[in-house]
Amino acid sequence: MNNLIGALHFIGRDGVNQPGEPTLVHLALKHLEIAGAAMLVACLISLPLGVWLGHLRRFSFLAINVANIGRALPELAVIAIGVAVIGLGFWNVLVALVVLAVPPMLTTAYVGVAGVDADVVDAARGMGMRELEILRAVELPLALPIIFAGIRIAAVFVIATATITSLAGYSGTLGDIIANQASYRVSGVLGAAICVAGLALATDGAFALLQRALTPRGLRLDRRRRLPQAGLPVPAPD
Amino acid sequence: MPSLPAVVIPNFTAGGGGACESQNHLFCIDWVRRNWSGVLAPALGQHVVLTLIAVGIGFVLALGMALAAYRLTWLERPFGIGTAVLYTIPSLALFEILAPFFGPTRTTAEIALVGYTLLILFRNILTGLREVPAEVRDTARGMGMSPRQSLFRVELPLALPAIMAGLRIATVTVISLATVAAYICNQGLGAPIFTAINENVFKTELICAGGLAIMLAIVADLLLVGAQRLLTPWARSR
Repeated sequence: MNNLIGALHFIGRDGVNQPGEPTLVHLALKHLEIAGAAMLVACLISLPLGVWLGHLRRFSFLAINVANIGRALPELAVIAIGVAVIGLGFWNVLVALVVLAVPPMLTTAYVGVAGVDADVVDAARGMGMRELEILRAVELPLALPIIFAGIRIAAVFVIATATITSLAGYSGTLGDIIANQASYRVSGVLGAAICVAGLALATDGAFALLQRALTPRGLRLDRRRRLPQAGLPVPAPD
Repeated sequence: MPSLPAVVIPNFTAGGGGACESQNHLFCIDWVRRNWSGVLAPALGQHVVLTLIAVGIGFVLALGMALAAYRLTWLERPFGIGTAVLYTIPSLALFEILAPFFGPTRTTAEIALVGYTLLILFRNILTGLREVPAEVRDTARGMGMSPRQSLFRVELPLALPAIMAGLRIATVTVISLATVAAYICNQGLGAPIFTAINENVFKTELICAGGLAIMLAIVADLLLVGAQRLLTPWARSR
């Protein structure tokens, strides 16, 4: 309990015990910077690929198994191999986080688009829509909630995992405090952990708002529509 | 924080390594030969033990919780919220928060690892039990089975695919988090990773330990898929 109160005090002081230490806000921004960069690259790789494979409704073996193997990858091991091959620093961490973020998004993008009712797609084709039109105007809007579920899982995962990059020699994230119990003590570690959890929740909320904004009004109004949840990967703790 | 040294001056030549090791090449097979039985194999063994204990204890606890929540529906919410809160704490922070109570020991690591298995296993076991069709349960009762007989001979076997899926995710998650646990208890495959980072980023050790962790996770996943298929022959056609 004392540690919890200490943690709240620590957050109130913006994480500074002695002058000259980086503030929580500073570390949180750096944390978001590396996580955001990794998410951007991972989205650019996984979403077009997953959506296109889903549109073709083929190669499900590839899309699903990449995710299964990806989920099995221990983060610290991926970072360690990255350190050996690329070296310490921003790029290694970026590559490791991208490797971890791609699989859940690839699978959900595939499952989302491939799961769109085949009759709807046939109807669109019967109306004379071209393939790209079907993808843009029919499949993507219907698949949006599931695609976003994957993005949100990956974002929370990347933010949590960015903390352990401090163990692999990349400093500048909130993990610096968590990995440095000797000087920040348990209250500081707990305070930083609360900040990481808050950052993850805030990011999840921001993507939820974006999802709402992008969802066509017709679908948004239909609140009772239950979304299929099967095939969504469970997010792992970092 | 270990930071990138300006000049790499390896200090691991004392063991009799050749030019490959003193120049820190990407992969030195001689080092692996010399250190397999002394460093890598024990770490792999410890990792397996850490994982088996955590998943074993976690499974027993989660099974008890799920059976309780299956009979007493009101328990589902508190159990669900409690395990979800545990799951969101960054692993590194949880290890450090528990360390003052139990010391830098395997107990600390196991308590945290068990905590992370609970959400996955509890949810999967309970979902599996809930999805047993009511008609099947009624039939079992109609055949004269007691509730206990129905549970052990009808409901739990039918929930097996969901339970095995949960075990798979939990095992892979624990293998991943156990690498981080080495930061506290210096056991498992994370230990050589941290050693290598502190010893001027010794690449061979990073690649070996990281690669072993990844292989262990993938092998464990495959073994559990195999076990799932053996145990649930009726679900094989899917």
